[in-house]
Amino acid sequence: MADLTKLAKLLQELDDQMVGCMKCGMCQAVCPVFAETMKEADVTRGKIALLENLAKEMIHDAAGVQEKLNKCLLCGSCGANCPSGVKVMDIFLRARVIVNTYMGLSPVKKAILRGMLTKPALFNALLDLGSKFQGIFTTKVDDLLGSSCSKVLSPVIGDRHFVGLAKESLHSKIKALDTPAGKSGKRVAFFPGCLGDKMFVSVAEACLKVFEHHGVGVYMPEGQACCGIPAISSGDRVAYDKLVKINLDLFSKGNFDYLVTPCATCTATIKEIWPKLMEDYPGPMRDQIRVLHDKVMDVNQFVVDVLGVKPEAPAKGGVKVTFHDSCHMKKSLGVTSQPRALIGMNPKYELVEMAECDRCCGSGGSFNLYHYDLSKQIGERKRDNILATGAQVVSTGCPACMLQMTDMLSQHGAKVAVKHSIELYADSLR
Amino acid sequence: MTRRTILMPSAALIKEFEAVVGKDNVFTSEADRQSYSYDSAVLDAVVPALVVRPTTTEQLGKVVRLCNENGNPITVRGAGTNLSGGTIPDPREGIVILTNSLSRIIEINEEDLYAVVEPGVVTAKFAAEVAKRGLFYPPDPGSQAVSTLGGNVAENAGGLRGLKYGVTKDYVMGIEFFDVNGGLVKTGSRTVKCVTGYNLAGLMVASEGTLGVFSQITLKLVPPPQASKAMMAVFDDVNKASEAVAGIIASHVVPCTLEFMDQATIRYVDDFTKAGLPRDAQAILLIEVDGHPGQVADDADKVEKVLNKVGATEIKVAKDAAEKFKLWEARRNALPALARAKPTTVLEDATVPRSKIPAMVKAINDIAAKYNISIGTFGHAGDGNLHPTILCDRRDKHEFERVEHAVDEIFDMALSLHGTLSGEHGIGMAKSKWMEKETSKATIEFSRNMKRAIDPKYILNPGKIIGA
Ligand SMILES: Cc1cc2nc3c(=O)[nH]c(=O)nc-3n(C[C@H](O)[C@H](O)[C@H](O)COP(=O)(O)OP(=O)(O)OC[C@H]3O[C@@H](n4cnc5c(N)ncnc54)[C@H](O)[C@@H]3O)c2cc1C
Ligand code: SF4
Ligand code: SF4
Ligand code: SF4
Repeated sequence: MADLTKLAKLLQELDDQMVGCMKCGMCQAVCPVFAETMKEADVTRGKIALLENLAKEMIHDAAGVQEKLNKCLLCGSCGANCPSGVKVMDIFLRARVIVNTYMGLSPVKKAILRGMLTKPALFNALLDLGSKFQGIFTTKVDDLLGSSCSKVLSPVIGDRHFVGLAKESLHSKIKALDTPAGKSGKRVAFFPGCLGDKMFVSVAEACLKVFEHHGVGVYMPEGQACCGIPAISSGDRVAYDKLVKINLDLFSKGNFDYLVTPCATCTATIKEIWPKLMEDYPGPMRDQIRVLHDKVMDVNQFVVDVLGVKPEAPAKGGVKVTFHDSCHMKKSLGVTSQPRALIGMNPKYELVEMAECDRCCGSGGSFNLYHYDLSKQIGERKRDNILATGAQVVSTGCPACMLQMTDMLSQHGAKVAVKHSIELYADSLR
Repeated sequence: MTRRTILMPSAALIKEFEAVVGKDNVFTSEADRQSYSYDSAVLDAVVPALVVRPTTTEQLGKVVRLCNENGNPITVRGAGTNLSGGTIPDPREGIVILTNSLSRIIEINEEDLYAVVEPGVVTAKFAAEVAKRGLFYPPDPGSQAVSTLGGNVAENAGGLRGLKYGVTKDYVMGIEFFDVNGGLVKTGSRTVKCVTGYNLAGLMVASEGTLGVFSQITLKLVPPPQASKAMMAVFDDVNKASEAVAGIIASHVVPCTLEFMDQATIRYVDDFTKAGLPRDAQAILLIEVDGHPGQVADDADKVEKVLNKVGATEIKVAKDAAEKFKLWEARRNALPALARAKPTTVLEDATVPRSKIPAMVKAINDIAAKYNISIGTFGHAGDGNLHPTILCDRRDKHEFERVEHAVDEIFDMALSLHGTLSGEHGIGMAKSKWMEKETSKATIEFSRNMKRAIDPKYILNPGKIIGA
C-alpha cells in the first residue's frame, strides 16, 4: 500500500494553488462530466477537496482519489469560468503526475507511453505496418466519415467507430520539408501532430496547400514526436519529458517566424503546458520553451491574423456547415472567430451555429479510452446539437474532436461529414 | 488535523437504502462521502456516513422515513452553495440526501402564471424555461447558474432584483414536503388566494432543511418588464450615495436593481479588469429601472435628477444593450476580483436599514483597520443588504483569528443599527450562536419546542439555525 504520508508531502506543493478554491461550486454549471454523473467528486470543487484531504492525510483511500482525478476531460471549462481564477489545469496536471506516479502506471500504459511514444521512429514504423493490415480487422461502415467499425477488436474497444490509420501517413508521403519564404515573407515550422500525421493526413496536407498558396516557407523536420499531452495527462512525467526534449532538439534548429499546428490540443500543450512544467529543466531548455511559447500558433489564427485572410461577407446559400469550438482552441487559446472566418472564405459553404457550440465533445484524450460510456454520453449531446442544425458538415479546429465527433455521428448513422476548418479553406483555393 | 473515524451505517441499513433508490444511488466510498462534507461556507468539514440520491419524490419520502426509523440525522443537499454551513452533515452518522436527480419541471402554467417544480431544478435553467414562454421568474441569486430551487426556498434566497421584485419567499405559492415519518404534507395551492390551514409553506421558507424535506414547490410567475434602462453614478462620499438611494425612493421610483460598491471593491475590480474605474471614488451605484417604455424613460429621468442633485461626480447612462452590458461589467467582476486577491474569501451578509448604509460602511472600514485585514464591501443598496467580503488566508491562524473577531464586530454593529445578521445567506451553523442576540430567548425556545414536536428525534439537519 502506498505510503500516504509521503504522498501527502508531495501534494502539499499544490496547496498554494488549491487554497484559492473558495468552494463556491460554480464549476458545477460547466463541467461536462458532472452534467452526466451529477456527483460532486466528479466536479472541480470535489476533486480539489479530495486532493486537499489527501495532502492533509485525511483520506485513506488514495486509489479512490486517483480514480476521481483521472475521470476528467482536462477540458478547462471549469478553469475558464472560475470566479476565483483557480489554475485548475495546473493543479490537475501536477496532481496527476504526483498521484499516478505514486500509485504506479499500469504496465500497458507504461509500454505504450514509454516504450513506443518516446521512440518516434519505432512508433511510426509500427503504425505504418498497422495501417497496411488494419483493413483485415475492420470493416468500413461509413465511407463519408472514413470511420471503421472494428468488429474483430470490438471486445477490446467496445462498439466504437474508429477513424482508421491513414493508408499512408504524412511522414511516409513527405519525409521532411525546408522551403524558403515566398511572397508572404514568412516561414513557419510545421507540427502536424500525431493525429495530423497518422490519421487525418488530409488536414496536414490542407495546411501545406495553404502555406504554398500564400507563399509561406515551411520547415518540417523528420522525427517529430508527440507533443506530450497523452503522457502528462496519464501522469507519466518520464515519457513526457522525453517527448518534449525530442521536439525541442528538432525545433531549436531551423529559422522560422511561427510554429504552426492544425491541432488545438498540441498548440495549447506547447504554449501553456510546456512552460508550466519546465522549472526542473536546464536553462537553455527553458529558453527554448519560452521561444516556442511565443512562436506557436494555431493554423486558423495564423492564416487570419498573420496572413490577413478575411472574407468580405460570410458566404451564404451553400452547403450548411456548423462549427464546434474545441475546448483547447477556445478556452486555452481564445481562438474563436478565425476558423469561422476561414469557413466564410469558401463560397460553397454557409455557416450555421449550433447550440452550445463551445461545449466539450467528450473526447478528452485518453478519457475516451477509460471512460467510454461517459465520453459517449457527453458526445451524444454534441451530436444532437450538430444534428439539430441540419448541417451536412461539422467543422472544428482539433483532430481529437474530429475523432470523437466522427465516432458519435457514425454510430448514429448520421450522414454528416467531419472536416477541419483549414480543409474547408484549402478547398476554396484554386 | 485529526482523522475522524466515521461509523458506517450497518450493511443491512445500506441494503435497505439500496432497495429504495438502487445500488448506484447509494454512495459509500470514502472519496464520494468526503466530497459531501462541505459547502461554500468557510467552516470545518464533516464527512457523512452515507450519501443517498433518490430519483423520484416517492423514493425521497421512503428515504426520510428510513433515516428517522434508524435515528440517522439527515442533511438535504441541493447544489451545496449556501454560505452558512447549512449542508454540512451531522457527525453522528449523518446521511446526506441529494436532490439533484429530482430535477423535473412538472408544469409551467401560462394562463394562471405559476409553475410546479421538483426541488432539484437549477434556478437559472428554470428561469430560462420560464422566459422561453414569455414569462418571468425574478429571484436571481448570484449562484443561480448552479443553485437549486429547493435550496433557494430553504434559504429564502435573494438576489439583485430584491428591491422591486422581492425575494424567493414572495414567489412561493405552495410546497409539498415530507415529515420525518415520510408522510406527505401539502400546503398552499395554485391559486393566488389560499387560507386553507396554517401557512406551513411560509414556515418552510428559510427553514434550512430543519423542519421538513421539500418534494415539490409551486412558484409564482409574473409578466416580464418590456423595457429597462441602466446607469452608473460615481460618488466622492458614501453619504452622498446613500442620499441618492433615499432620494430615488422618495421620488417614488423603485429601481429593479440598485447596487453599491465601496472604494476597496472598486480598486480590486480595477486591479483585476484594468477597466479604468474611478479609483478615488468612495462609492459607485449601479441603477436599473424597468417596466413600460414610457415609465422607464420617466423613471430614468427622475433618477438622473436625484443623482445630479446629491452631487454625483459622474453619471453614465447606457444607451443600448451593449452599453448596459459594459456598465454592469464592474459589478459582475466584484466577486471574481475580490476572490482572486487573497486565497480565502469570507462572504458576509450583514444587512441594515437603507439609511444606515453610510454608518455601516464606515464601521466596516474601521473594523478592517482595527484588525488589520482587507474587506471589500459591495451589495444591494436598495435593500441595505451589504456583502462585506473579507479577504484573507485561512492557513494564517493569527490572521484568521482576527477575521473571526472582525465578523463578530460586524454582526454587533449591524444589530446595533437595527439590522439583521443575514439578509439572504442564512443562519446555518455559521451564525446560530448569534440568533438569540438578534431575537430573544423566547424566540429560540419557541422554535426549539416547535422543532421537537415536529421532529422528536432531532434528525432534520440538527445544529442549524437554532443550535443543537
Ligand atoms: C458565488 C455565490 C453567490 C451567491 N449569491 C447569493 C445571492 O445573491 N443571494 C442569496 O440569497 N444567496 C446567494 N448565495 C448563497 C446560496 O447560493 C443560496 O443560499 C442558494 O439558495 C443555495 O442553493 P443550493 O441549491 O446550493 O442549496 P444548498 O446549499 O444545497 O442547501 C441550502 C439549504 O437548503 C436545504 N435544502 C436544500 N434542498 C432542500 C429540500 N428539498 N428540502 C428541504 N431543505 C432543503 C439544505 O439542507 C440547506 O440547509 C451565493 C452563493 C455563492 C457561492
Ligand atoms: S468555480 Fe473555482 S473557486 Fe468555485 S468551487 Fe469551482 S474551482 Fe473552486
Ligand atoms: S477540466 Fe473539464 S471535465 Fe475536468 S473538472 Fe474541469 S470542467 Fe470537469
Ligand atoms: S475533445 Fe475536443 S472539445 Fe473535448 S477536450 Fe478535447 S479538444 Fe476539447
